[in-house]
Amino acid sequence: MASGVKPRVKVPKSASAGEAITIKTLISHKMESGQRKDGDGNVIPRSIINRFTTDFNGENVIDVTLEPAISTNPYFEFEATVPESGEFTFTWYDDDGDVYDTSKKIEVS
Amino acid sequence: MELTRRKALALGTSALVLTGLTGMPAFASLTEDAITELTGGAELGEGAVSITAPEIAENGNTVPIEVSAPGAVAVTLFADGNPVPAVATFNFGPLAASQTASTRIRLATTQNVVAVAKMQDGSFQKASANVKVTIGGCGG
Amino acid sequence: MNLKPWIAAALIGTGGIAVAQDNSTLSVEGEEMVTETAAPAHLDNVRTIYSGWRFRTPETQALQMDDFENPAMIFVDQALDLWDTVDGTEGHSCSSCHTDGPEEFAGLHAQMPKVVNGRVVVMEDIINEHRRELMGADEWKWSGPEMQSMVALIGLQSRGMPMDVAIDGDAAPFWEQGKDMYYTRYGQLELSCANCHEDNYGNMIRADHLSQGQINGFPTYRLKQARLISRHIRFRGCIRDTIGETFAEGSDEFRALELYVASRANGLDIETPAVRQ
Repeated sequence: MASGVKPRVKVPKSASAGEAITIKTLISHKMESGQRKDGDGNVIPRSIINRFTTDFNGENVIDVTLEPAISTNPYFEFEATVPESGEFTFTWYDDDGDVYDTSKKIEVS
Repeated sequence: MELTRRKALALGTSALVLTGLTGMPAFASLTEDAITELTGGAELGEGAVSITAPEIAENGNTVPIEVSAPGAVAVTLFADGNPVPAVATFNFGPLAASQTASTRIRLATTQNVVAVAKMQDGSFQKASANVKVTIGGCGG
Repeated sequence: MNLKPWIAAALIGTGGIAVAQDNSTLSVEGEEMVTETAAPAHLDNVRTIYSGWRFRTPETQALQMDDFENPAMIFVDQALDLWDTVDGTEGHSCSSCHTDGPEEFAGLHAQMPKVVNGRVVVMEDIINEHRRELMGADEWKWSGPEMQSMVALIGLQSRGMPMDVAIDGDAAPFWEQGKDMYYTRYGQLELSCANCHEDNYGNMIRADHLSQGQINGFPTYRLKQARLISRHIRFRGCIRDTIGETFAEGSDEFRALELYVASRANGLDIETPAVRQ
């Protein structure tokens, strides 16, 4: 299990119906690329977050496939439409099988 | 000399020497192959996708990139000078407000970041941006 | 060919002040920081001091201007978790005693290092002494993620305050020792700190834009290692780059050097945790 993995997301607290909002997400993860070698010359195996999704009230906003070229502490910024009040769920999938998630509510007037 | 994938792999390290001679990133043909696999060999239009990237990346480990492809269903990013050219694929869902995404990527050397977008009508569009990646001094 | 302004200036050889950036004003979360000011009186060869932020590309600069964009802040978040975590034989967390939260430490980082009872005390010392003596907990590794995220959390409480390190009284002999080190040539390359950071700031060393080597932003998130970097581990890296034997983190030499180097930034605002290349 990857240790010290912590997500952080920025979502506005409120919006008007149908408004486009900017979402920023970050997660602390080493993203071991599989290109590095250890002191003995052995390749350190790849161990990355390979997928990130965002859903709102069950509907998909974005679904990202990550490769090793995404930097340590993966960062994503994108826009979502909010039709009504509800909750965003953010999910990150690790090569090692772990799944990290967090959620944020938003009030829509 | 046509640098096919087989020749590139067979040449091994001399591919890196050829980088200096031809000015082409050593893994450019791997990228061509990856793009062909993605598009099924379809024509790539230009003009509908834009990439925002720094001209000079202060450190290749963390390079901020933004890609924008209005009307796209998905956008795939490649780095043609990286040992593994694929970088990420953004699939935009029904609640995506725009087909725009920003992220931070690793670039092994000076190279092109290439974006290939699959449009709603099934066609493909491409854009590319050259990023110079510097090797630092003492701090680097 | 479109040259960035600072490359052009370096090539023309204006030396010294090739710091003209697209952004010369650092505003973090709406608060403007002092990144340029008159050098403190004790500096003979420098008239103006600049924060390292001024020497970075616009993309790197932008990362520090917003607390979400700043990748260091996710480690500050982790320190906030550690703050509430019980650790050690006494069954305490930081919050058990420091009930007002890390805000209690506003101003502390701006005056560090200090000389207390005849020795130079740096932030890592305070934290480890606390853990050992008061919490009955294991010491944290000097440049490890727990320690540096905690130093960053406490340092953040002084963000926007001017560096104000005492160099007189009890501090004087250690300050002199640090100053000696700063001007001593180390390693096979025979380079002193001053050779780069005083004589050549603004110039390029290979593809790196040399700063004055100020430490008002430490621990800093370096894009290169994608993590928080401590002051001492940066000193180690610099001396190693002269192809020389380097001192250890927490050594007396580096404590004295930290005191001296911090004082060179007296007047610049604390930017902890900063973003650098």
